[in-house]
Amino acid sequence: MIDPQVKQRLVEIVGENWVLDQPEELVAYSYDSTPMYQELPDIVVLPKTTEEVAKVMRIAYEYGIPVIPRGSATNLSGGTVPLKGGLVLALNRMNQILEIDEENLTATVQPGVITQELHQTVEAKGLFYPPDPGSLRISTIGGNIAENAGGLRGLKYGVTKDYVIALEAVLPNGDILHTGGKLAKDVAGYDLTKLLIGSEGTLAVITKATLKLLPLPETKRTMLAIFKDLTDAARAVSKIIANKIIPVTLEFMDNGTINVVEDYVKIGLPRDVEAILLMEQDGSKDQVDRDIEKMAEICRQEQAVSVQVASTAKEAEQLMTARRMALSALARLKPTTILEDATVPRSELAPMVETIKNVAKKYNLMICTFGHAGDGNLHPTCLTDVRNADEIKRVEKAFDEIYEKTIELGGTITGEHGVGIAKAGYLEWKVGKSGIEVMKGIKKAFDPKGILNPGKLFTDQPRKRVVIQS
Amino acid sequence: MSHQISLALGISEDDLLNCMQCGFCLSVCPTYKIIPKETATPRGRIALMKAVQDGGLVTKDITESLDLCLGCRACEVACPSGVQYGTMLEHAKEVITEQTNFSAPVKAVRWLFLKQLLPYPKRMKWIRGGIRIYQKSGLQKIARKSGILKTLPWHMGAFEAVLPEVAPFRAKLPKRVEPNAKTNKPTVAFFSGCIQDTVFHETNVSTMKLLEAAGFPIVTPEDQTCCGAVHAHAGEVDLAKDLAKKNIEMLERSGASYLVNNQGGCGAMLKEYDKLLADDPVWAERAKAFVKKVKDINEILAEIDELPKLYPMNVRVTYQDSCHLTNVQKVTLQPRKLIQSIPGIEYVEMVGAGTCCGSAGTYNIVHYDESMQILDAKMINVINTQAEIVVVANPGCQMQMRMGVQRAGLEGKVRVMHIADLLAEAARLK
Repeated sequence: MIDPQVKQRLVEIVGENWVLDQPEELVAYSYDSTPMYQELPDIVVLPKTTEEVAKVMRIAYEYGIPVIPRGSATNLSGGTVPLKGGLVLALNRMNQILEIDEENLTATVQPGVITQELHQTVEAKGLFYPPDPGSLRISTIGGNIAENAGGLRGLKYGVTKDYVIALEAVLPNGDILHTGGKLAKDVAGYDLTKLLIGSEGTLAVITKATLKLLPLPETKRTMLAIFKDLTDAARAVSKIIANKIIPVTLEFMDNGTINVVEDYVKIGLPRDVEAILLMEQDGSKDQVDRDIEKMAEICRQEQAVSVQVASTAKEAEQLMTARRMALSALARLKPTTILEDATVPRSELAPMVETIKNVAKKYNLMICTFGHAGDGNLHPTCLTDVRNADEIKRVEKAFDEIYEKTIELGGTITGEHGVGIAKAGYLEWKVGKSGIEVMKGIKKAFDPKGILNPGKLFTDQPRKRVVIQS
Repeated sequence: MSHQISLALGISEDDLLNCMQCGFCLSVCPTYKIIPKETATPRGRIALMKAVQDGGLVTKDITESLDLCLGCRACEVACPSGVQYGTMLEHAKEVITEQTNFSAPVKAVRWLFLKQLLPYPKRMKWIRGGIRIYQKSGLQKIARKSGILKTLPWHMGAFEAVLPEVAPFRAKLPKRVEPNAKTNKPTVAFFSGCIQDTVFHETNVSTMKLLEAAGFPIVTPEDQTCCGAVHAHAGEVDLAKDLAKKNIEMLERSGASYLVNNQGGCGAMLKEYDKLLADDPVWAERAKAFVKKVKDINEILAEIDELPKLYPMNVRVTYQDSCHLTNVQKVTLQPRKLIQSIPGIEYVEMVGAGTCCGSAGTYNIVHYDESMQILDAKMINVINTQAEIVVVANPGCQMQMRMGVQRAGLEGKVRVMHIADLLAEAARLK
């Protein structure tokens, strides 16, 4: 319950229409895209300006109310679930692209701008913002920054953190912080810009971001290679890179995913193969043609049973169908879809996929793997049913083993989804005790009262996924 | 999978759980575009239905959120999980309707339209006759001058202003049409629709002429009735089922190979009779057979590839999709192909052609303000095409776009035409 006086003060800041506390409104802000987490907030506030955010934060600070910044809530680690109740700060109304600076090649945006809208806007000017998370049609830039979102083009172009050069953010006490600038070089003190990227709403509320842009690549080509044997596919990936070719996308689908996709879209994918690699290269026409030919040649040398190179945009579209449909096909199989993001060095792709397959067999689960082979960022996707308590227990055990293995292979517990609640139990595995201590110290420096997104990243709880009945 | 039915809303638990809350639907939801709140999204609405099922909310809590939904079904197309949102919404609305105590005037209007008028084509004709007398006798002039129209409830004045001149009471569609030359084409039954034949009788005439010119023998069964879409959307699912059964019997009796219609919304309803009657042991199979025979005029004309001769029209044209034609019937390429088959036409694709115009059955009456917000945004895209004709494929869209043209001050500059009227004009059948 929120104190009526507090509510009144919030209404004075943002207006009556943008303070929500009806039962159905609270339910609508009680979840994100992560299965099995739900908790009601006490109140939802939708500010329009940085100043309003600052005023709301001051009130939250004064009363010690938890604040959960929220964009489109497409995150997959429970990051926007109001675990301790409190105030959900929905930033969707701050959705303006403030400036496209063609001299400095930057875009300055508010946090609620939809990633795809930014793409369309800058591409219309012949510019390019590479980060392309799977949820880009609805995810917000603020959310992308908070989670340091990746995407399909990560191998060649990097991820969100490689494109954020300046931030405006509101601290828990309501002070406004400015970091970075329209600068290619800036070493004035600790890199607070990078620190806020991927901080999952636990340090400050991002209210403005300046993003680096690139010239839009002239052209793009697509190809698809099918491998009977997983090791061959992994070798092809390594060899492509060793040949000094960095494709813009290098996507992978395992046998389970291939079969599920084929059941769903019936495009004639072979069912008895262990891997499909989908590759794209962008850049100047000559370079792209050269790279694609070379990649096709490498795949053939590595025993690919088929290599298809698209010669038209339409053919490229058809080749992309399988990868585009992967999530749809998987999601339709079972009521609950748990999409994870175990990530290993590129060279460890084959053992990792093999481990996932064995673990699934061991626990009698359906886990299909697809993802970004080029950067080792895999999406083992478990298809289950939340109502089956016994199976859910086995899912937990299976992912324990999978993450154990990623660490062992020099990988990480999350490549692009973030820690949130879902991975909090694993964080120490990755960063160690001293890592946790340093992180907690940073948290304290920014947020001494612990009001920003409490219950995320750090946990005293054992690793356990539970359905919270509201 | 087990099929446990929620006691609260009658929605299958599997259907509810099938939503993985990925949020892809938010990107295509027209109400979310004007109301940036989670309660105005499909994902939010499903979460609310779930909460009712889990006992966290009661149906009263979720009424407003569900009422605000246009039912355009764009979310179903965007959904990776194949969530049956339309079916869930219908179930929820049925329960809400049962539990709602409507005010006396609303009750009266619902009773009059849903039970006494729409199901009876003959009575709808009287309505048309009444409108005709009003338009022709000078009454309309007096009413418009006096300002009395502005005082009518439910923004009736705004709708009156864009009502086309309706056909005379006596106007009637032919019961049987045999093409001039013997063809091997199957006989089609023509579904005239209730609102369509009341307000846009002319479009029905055009449609039949096109079918005739294409060589189809046509019957217009007199025992056809309203498709039931308005009933289903208003939560009167039992009434919708009754109407569906009548129409299934009608088509069986007619012996026709196809049931052709020219209303995106009604056609979608007809094509979903199998879902509507899925749990009915007597009717489920008959409904499935019926659905296979339903065709939109765009589909049947695009399939035959031998349109009547089309004369050049030197005009710039754009097309506004009917949501139900697009999202339920999946008919998007055919109308564009047909428009572009007219020589001389300059076809311009409108930005966001596939997003709802805000008509959505009775939505523009019940939620006038939201509907107009959606429409005004749509009109910016229409203006940007600089088209002289906006082509539509559903009577609701036609009324709404006429209103849009008027609101944008484009009267006399931009025409709104049903695709059948456009093609009939190009074929000089009118």
